Amino acid sequence: MDPAQFFATSRVVIVAGKGGVGKTAVSAALARSAALAGLSTLIIEVEGKSGLSTMFGQPPFDYEEVVLSKGGGPTGAADVRARTLTPDDALIEYLEDHGMSRISRRLVHSGAIDMVATAAPGIKDILILGKVKQLERAPAADLIVLDAPAAGHAISFLRSPRGLIDAVRVGPINSQARDVLDMLTDPTRCQVLLVTLPEETPVNELIETAYSLEDEVGVSLGPVVVNGLYPPLPGLDRDPEEAAAEAGAFLHPGEAHSLRAAARFRLDRMALQTEQVERLAQRLPLPQLQLPYVFAADLGPEHIDDLARALTRGIEKLSAIPATNETTESDRDGSRPKGGL
Amino acid sequence: MSTLARSHDPSLRSLVEGKEIIVCTGSGGVGKTTTAAVLALEGARLGRKTCVVTIDPAKRLADALGLEGLTNTPSKINGPWPGELWALMLDTKSTFDSLVVKHATDEEQARGILENRFYRNISGALSGTQEYMAMEKLYELHEENDFDLIVVDTPPTRNALDFLEAPRRLTRFLDHRLYRILMAPTRGLVKAMNVAAQVFLRTVSKVVGGEVVEDAIAFFQAFDGMEAGFKDRAQRVLELLSHEDTAFVLVTAPRHDVVAEARFFAEKLREASIPIQALIVNRVHPHFSDASPEATRERARTYAGTDLGNLYENLADFLLVASREEDNLRGLTEIVKPAPVIRVPFLHSDVHDIEGLGVISRHLFG
Repeated sequence: MDPAQFFATSRVVIVAGKGGVGKTAVSAALARSAALAGLSTLIIEVEGKSGLSTMFGQPPFDYEEVVLSKGGGPTGAADVRARTLTPDDALIEYLEDHGMSRISRRLVHSGAIDMVATAAPGIKDILILGKVKQLERAPAADLIVLDAPAAGHAISFLRSPRGLIDAVRVGPINSQARDVLDMLTDPTRCQVLLVTLPEETPVNELIETAYSLEDEVGVSLGPVVVNGLYPPLPGLDRDPEEAAAEAGAFLHPGEAHSLRAAARFRLDRMALQTEQVERLAQRLPLPQLQLPYVFAADLGPEHIDDLARALTRGIEKLSAIPATNETTESDRDGSRPKGGL
Repeated sequence: MSTLARSHDPSLRSLVEGKEIIVCTGSGGVGKTTTAAVLALEGARLGRKTCVVTIDPAKRLADALGLEGLTNTPSKINGPWPGELWALMLDTKSTFDSLVVKHATDEEQARGILENRFYRNISGALSGTQEYMAMEKLYELHEENDFDLIVVDTPPTRNALDFLEAPRRLTRFLDHRLYRILMAPTRGLVKAMNVAAQVFLRTVSKVVGGEVVEDAIAFFQAFDGMEAGFKDRAQRVLELLSHEDTAFVLVTAPRHDVVAEARFFAEKLREASIPIQALIVNRVHPHFSDASPEATRERARTYAGTDLGNLYENLADFLLVASREEDNLRGLTEIVKPAPVIRVPFLHSDVHDIEGLGVISRHLFG
């Protein structure tokens, strides 16, 4: 599929997955991949201190929007921007927009938001999602990538509007929750990309999360991102002594052993990874985008670019699902084209 | 109290032998639940009556431990060990419910709270409730059962010390101004105070809807008189956690971001004067050679395009990973000194039976 078309599937992409699977790196790579396809992109952080700014070689950012990677140049890429959303700031903004500016700061700074959030759980989540919806409607960018809270939290985060519609039956929170739910359940506006590692427990959790998100939130799921696959290297099954003789090299004492052990380790891990990738494909009928393991100290802009290009290649290999009547119609209407997700 | 002599030998085995409570702490996804199970199993092997409290075990491990569904009371796992191994999976809501029943003056008060919608919301979802209830359950098990050792797995928290602060959180909540405002009508405060309260409540009602506020008021009114009991209990839970028969074990993985979180935990615990008694690092990459990653990479370049070149390339990759992991861990091992640091290598498969726990046990206890 053409990457530009893929990224035009929905304005909002929510990246979710359990801690440690590389959710933030995937968000960064996804944004950069979209930017390389010419779409201006805004990454939204909700938990802070994720390391996103260093991945782009930039200083830390806050509630104020910043440019993480400037577009233009020979690639003709669009900008990648980012900002953080916090419930407190979103609440202040919300109250000010609703004519309650006089009380807003007092409400937030007295810690009352915690009390209010206690009274109706999910209220912090809805404040953030409400703000995302506002940015989507503006629209603040061609593509908005939301780096969601870690899984477990991701489910309750995305389930918050449904819960609140039941808990708060009237008033602005209720209508806010309804608007957010409309966005979450509309595949032309929003989809969720789940990220996992090719390992047993993360794969199991991803499958569970995928089904509960579909069943309980009704959100549309994009391809699954499988992160951290060891790139294949030919010759790892060779005997080091033989390979050395063939290359006309002499090995240091003990070197053959180290080379063999490291090669075996990688082959074993790769076999386990393949097993998990296949199991995931069997258990969850969603296309996969695969990202390589990065052997580097800290992820920097060049690694994010590598990952972005790997994503782009993966997207190009995705087959577009045959258009249904609905898509054909919306295509004819000239609205944003549907992907095939 | 355990009859075993308290040892100052800083080894993991001495903790399992001598402590009454071991709290496994660390961020999510680092193998905390499994580690807790292994420590408990070792306790049983050493002849102690041990219970492991798990929060959210992977399904297959839960099955292996005989934890089918939420039980909230310990169930015994039979096996060839001289001691006893018990396990329970925390049910946050029912733990909270029984706490309410315990502190209520009568059945009517308990029912009023348990049926209140606001209560039902907070008992499942108030941030920190799970942490609080884990500690509450720990306290209850410690007070009401005769376990020699209780190993508790803490919930994966976003905030390092949620689990420590959780008991305090509810009492803070009860001290909160809004709570006092809500309670004002029943406490006969002056009318002027009430007017300010009404303005405040009207604003809150405007945002979240009147029903929520009504539910909240009903909850706090029903709760009236119970705060003292809750506060007192929370205080005793904290005392238990800082008792010398309680040990904190920090579990981490060697990855940069996870170690950063573990350092944060370690520093917070130190600020709270709670020493970490062991650091367990799971999923450590093997150290294949003493050669430097750079020199090995250079060899890979020399033989680029041959199978030998790829073999060197691969070795260089893993030497880099291993040296990076050691760099990541350096600061952390400094902070937790003199606690022992135990490295558990990458395993071939995830653990989902007692046998698998045994494999890790060999790495932890030799």
